Amino acid sequence: MIPLVLGITLVSFFIMHLAPGDFLTQMQLNPNVKPGTVERLRRDFGLNRPAYIQYLYWLRNIFEGNFGYSFSYKQPVFHLISQFLLATLLLAVTTLVFSWAISVPMGVYAARHQNGFIDRLMSIIAFSGISLPGFFVALLAMLWAQKTGWLPIGGMESPNYDALSPVGKVLDIAEHLVLPTFVLGTRELAGTMRQMRGNLLDVMNENFIVAARARGLKESVVVWRHGVRNAMNPLITLFGFDLSGLLAGAALVEYVMNWPGLGRLLLSAVLSHDLYLVMGSFIMGAVLLILGNLVADILLAVTDPRIKLN
Amino acid sequence: MPSNDSPDNEQIKEQTDRIVPSLAESPEPMRSTQDTRAERQMLTGLSAKAAKSLSSKTPTQLAWRKLRKNRLAVLSLAILIVMYLTAFFGQFIAPYDYTSQDITSSFRAPVTIHWTPWPIVYDQTSHFDQYHFMIYTDDRSKPHRLLFFVHGTPYKFLDLFPTDLHLFGIAGNDKVYLLGTDQFGRDYFSRILYASQISLSVGLIGISLTLIFGLLVGGISGYYGGWIDDLIMRLCEVIMSVPDFYLLLALAAALPPTLNPLEVYILIIAMLSLIGFAGMARIIRGMVLSVREREYVEAARALGVSNFKIITRHIIPSTYTFSIVTATLAIPGFILAEASLSFLGLGIRDPMASWGNMLSAAEDLSSLEQHTWLLIPGFLIFITTLTFNFLGDGLRDALDPKSR
Repeated sequence: MIPLVLGITLVSFFIMHLAPGDFLTQMQLNPNVKPGTVERLRRDFGLNRPAYIQYLYWLRNIFEGNFGYSFSYKQPVFHLISQFLLATLLLAVTTLVFSWAISVPMGVYAARHQNGFIDRLMSIIAFSGISLPGFFVALLAMLWAQKTGWLPIGGMESPNYDALSPVGKVLDIAEHLVLPTFVLGTRELAGTMRQMRGNLLDVMNENFIVAARARGLKESVVVWRHGVRNAMNPLITLFGFDLSGLLAGAALVEYVMNWPGLGRLLLSAVLSHDLYLVMGSFIMGAVLLILGNLVADILLAVTDPRIKLN
Repeated sequence: MPSNDSPDNEQIKEQTDRIVPSLAESPEPMRSTQDTRAERQMLTGLSAKAAKSLSSKTPTQLAWRKLRKNRLAVLSLAILIVMYLTAFFGQFIAPYDYTSQDITSSFRAPVTIHWTPWPIVYDQTSHFDQYHFMIYTDDRSKPHRLLFFVHGTPYKFLDLFPTDLHLFGIAGNDKVYLLGTDQFGRDYFSRILYASQISLSVGLIGISLTLIFGLLVGGISGYYGGWIDDLIMRLCEVIMSVPDFYLLLALAAALPPTLNPLEVYILIIAMLSLIGFAGMARIIRGMVLSVREREYVEAARALGVSNFKIITRHIIPSTYTFSIVTATLAIPGFILAEASLSFLGLGIRDPMASWGNMLSAAEDLSSLEQHTWLLIPGFLIFITTLTFNFLGDGLRDALDPKSR
C-alpha cells in the first residue's frame, strides 16, 4: 500500500509540474504586487528549485505529518482537506444508504419476476440511470428546486445556519442533502440493481436452493435467507469500486450543486495551481479508495462466514 | 490485512471465464443447465437438424442473427447510425457557421414552424420585458418560406471540398433559428451539429487508442511475465488507484492555454485513453495469462514463430469478443468524460462547440429558467450514452458463446 501511495504522489507531482506557471504566476499579473515580492516569495516557497528537489522536500514533510500549506486558502492542507472530506463522506454515506435501500429490494423483485413487465421496465430505467450524465441530472434538479422552491438550491447550509438550534442545524443539513443524494443515488441505484438481479438469478439456480425448497422452507425464507444472502457477496466486493466512482461522480455534482466537498476543493485547487492542496487531495482520494476496498473485505468477512480474515 | 488485489483478480477471472468458456472451472450456473442440455442433444443426435443448421453458420453470422432479435439493440444501432451520419454531414445540415454571432438575437427561442402546407417561419420583433430579458414575438406580416438546398455561408466540406450548399435556410439576410440561439446569438442548431462532430468522435477515437494500447501492453505484460509484467502492472495500479476524474482534472489543468483547438482535442483524447488503458491492460493481461498456456500457443512456439507474431496473431485475437463488448460499453464513459471536462471549462473551449461546453451555459439558473432549450445538448449526451449501453448489452448477449 505504501509503495502505491508513493507512486501516486510521484505521478501527480509531476503532472502538476507539467502545467505552465505556478500559483505565483497570477500574482505576477497583479499590478499592486511589486515584481521583487513575487521573486522573493518564489524563493521562500522553494518554487525556483528543480521539481525533484521540491518533491523530496514535500515527501520529507509528509513523513513528519506536515501536508503543507494551501496557497489560496492560507490554511494548512490537512486541516482544509479534513473539513471538506467530511462533507464528501456525508454525501457518500447517504447516497450509498439511499441507493442500496432501494436497489436491493428492486433487484430481488426483478429477479423473482424475471422477464415480466416490471422487470423489463426496471431494466430500461436502470440503463437510463447508468447513461445519465451526473452533472446534467444535477442541473435538472437545481432547475426543479428553483422552479418549485421546495428544496434549497445547492449548498450545504442555509445562510442563517449559525443561528439555528442543534436540531435545526441537523434538519437544515438534511434538507440540503436530499437533492445531491438523489442525483448521485440514481446512477448508483441503477448499477447496483442490475448487479443484484443478475447475482440472485445465478444463485437461485444453485443446488442448495433446491435443497432448501425440498426441505419445505417458506419461499420468502428461501429467497431472503438463502438466496439474497449469497447474492450480496459480489455486491459487497463491488462496493470498494463504487466508492471510486462515487468520488469521481461526486466531484462534478459537488461543483454544480455547490456542495463543499473534496471534489470541489480539488477542482478549485487544480485551477489555481495550489500544488500542495492538489497533492493532498490526491492522496486522500487514493487512501479513500484503498480504505473502501478494505472496508469491503471486512464487510465480506462479516456477512460471509466462509471467509476468514488473516 | 487482506490483499488489495483480491477483488480485482476475481473480477478479471470472472470476465475471462465469460469470454473463454472452456477455460472456466465452473461455468455460470444459470446457463450451465441450458448448455449441457444443448450439448447432450447435439452429442446424442436427438436434434441433428438443429445441430446441422447451427454448425453451418460462422460465429459472426450467429452473433448477428442473435443481435437482430434484440429489438432494443437494433433500435439503438439505428439511432447511433443516424446520429453519426448527421454528425458526418453536419456542415451541410447546419444552416450557419458555429462561430457567426448576432448580438441582436441573443437567446432567441426555438422557432415555430407553421405548415401551410409548405413550412413557413415568421420574422421576429424584439423588446425588453420588465426583468430586462429580451422577448421575441412572431411578426405575422413577414413570413419566410423554409427553402431546401440553399446557398449560404461558404464552407469546406470535410475540410476538402469548398461549397456553400446547405440543407435548408431562408431567403434574404434573415436567419432561421431552428433550436434558438445562445447568449451571443449563435445558431444553437448549427452549434449542436458541429459539437456532435467532436463529442461523438471523442468516444470512437478514444476507445480505439485505449484498445490498441490496452491490447498491446496487456499482451506484452501477460505474455512475457517477470519484471516487465511487474513494472507494467504496478504502473496500472497507480493509475487505477487515483479516482479517474481527479487524475483527469489534474491532467486537463496542465494543458497550456495557448494550444489551438485541434491540439486541445487531440490531447484530451490522449488523456482519456491514458486513464482508460490501465484497467483494460489489466483485464487483457489476465486473459493472456490463461491463453498463453494453451496448446495452440505452445504449438506456435514450437514452430518457431516470433514472440511478436504469437502475441498479435494467436493471443490477441482470442480476446476480440471481450474487446468488442468492452469497447461498446466504454464509449459512453469517454463521451461523458469529455462532456464533463468541457463543462468545467477544462476541455474543448469556446468558440469551439462540444455538448459539454454548450451545457455550461445552463449553469446560470436564472437564465436557464427562461431559456430551457440550453438543456438540449444534455439530452443528446443522454441518448448517445443510452444507445451505446443498449447496444453493448445486446452485443454481449449475442457474442456470448454460451447462450446460443
